[in-house]
Amino acid sequence: MDVTITINGQEVSGDVEPRQLLVHFIRETAGLTGTHWGCDTSNCGACVVLMDGKPVKSCTTLAAMCIGHEIRTVESLETDAGLDPVQTGFHELHGLHCGFCTPGMLMTSRALLDENPNPTEQEIRTAISGQICRCTGYKNIVSAVRWAAEHEAATKQEA
Amino acid sequence: MQTPAPFDYERATSVEGAVASLAEHGPEARLIAGGHSLLPMMKLRLATPDYLIDINDLELSYVEERMTEVRIGALTRHAELLKSEVLARRFPVFRDAEEVIADPVVRNRGTIGGSVCQADAAEDLSAVCAALKATIVIKGPSGDRTVGLDGFYTGPFTTAVGAGEMVTEIRLPIRQGAGSAHEKVERRAGDFAIAAVSAALWLQGGTITEAGVALAALGPTTIIATRAEELLKGKAPSEELFARAGELAAADCNPIPDGRGPVDYKRHLAGVLTTRALRRAAARALQQEVH
Repeated sequence: MDVTITINGQEVSGDVEPRQLLVHFIRETAGLTGTHWGCDTSNCGACVVLMDGKPVKSCTTLAAMCIGHEIRTVESLETDAGLDPVQTGFHELHGLHCGFCTPGMLMTSRALLDENPNPTEQEIRTAISGQICRCTGYKNIVSAVRWAAEHEAATKQEA
Repeated sequence: MQTPAPFDYERATSVEGAVASLAEHGPEARLIAGGHSLLPMMKLRLATPDYLIDINDLELSYVEERMTEVRIGALTRHAELLKSEVLARRFPVFRDAEEVIADPVVRNRGTIGGSVCQADAAEDLSAVCAALKATIVIKGPSGDRTVGLDGFYTGPFTTAVGAGEMVTEIRLPIRQGAGSAHEKVERRAGDFAIAAVSAALWLQGGTITEAGVALAALGPTTIIATRAEELLKGKAPSEELFARAGELAAADCNPIPDGRGPVDYKRHLAGVLTTRALRRAAARALQQEVH
């Protein structure tokens, strides 16, 4: 079937089977391999992308179900103005080691800060609780998201 | 790579259209909402529908407070149930349960209609709805019918929803002096329960007028602890009463040994969690009566 999905503001079309999962549409049809494909069972969260601003597991969503919806992937975070504060936070505070979980962690963190610009450590831990990181022990990820929150607040104050 | 077996796909634009399509495509057609139970089952070939009807565009996502009941649209997602001010005020058992159902990302997709229709005995919302004496609204080719939650589950992963029918709404009766709570023990955050209990109490003048006790992961279906409920009715809330209700619930459940624990452990949990849930439900009911 013909599937057209808006991904990072651009329409992407493909002739795919109805059974195609969103994660494969993103990686194979759109060619955006920043979204990682991990456990395939909606447990690990490496495949998290934003659907209409909310994090979803793209391994447990059909591409066809996303027709008419806005998908955002990790590739959309960096703009002409530079890296997203969440990305900079992960860089500054070493919020990753192998990097496999990072795309999903970044997108969930972005959605969290969009909804709650000043989350507590516990709120951050809850937000990323559907995602597994086997390297960091999560501490640096939580610190990175806090860094991003503080940095964004400071930037807004200056502006 | 895990991918479902091939199927044809349709996006429904109305409830009537979805029901008509179910009738047209026969027993191997399935509705899909959040898909967080169905798609994993399809990947494992535990379900192999040849036709999927996507109902995500239907206007069935709402929590409405009416005079005598709260109505929840079948497409209301877990995240919305967790945030609902109406549910937090009327039935705090929802918030208790939603905080421990899967994880926030899954909760952005999964729906209450999908949860009750999946009829997984270990699923939390089914116990919540059972304790609250919910009624399920089912739409079919010849119109709406309603089924009480006590008659909704007909077996493991099996419900009273017939061929060509779909669940559209869950209705929860409002009565004065309500208090409710959900208690769950799981192996790790976001997992299905080793055991979970939902309890609801309605108090008037210091007496329990109605009680709901439902158990998850403690039998082949969601279990309504009828003897515990009957014991509670007409009595004043007390620790002894709740302990006795816990003993009845533990005796009346039917857990199986599995990776989550042996039978005696699960039975022990059934008793302890029933008592704890009743204690919290009563505390909430009493606080409400003061207002």
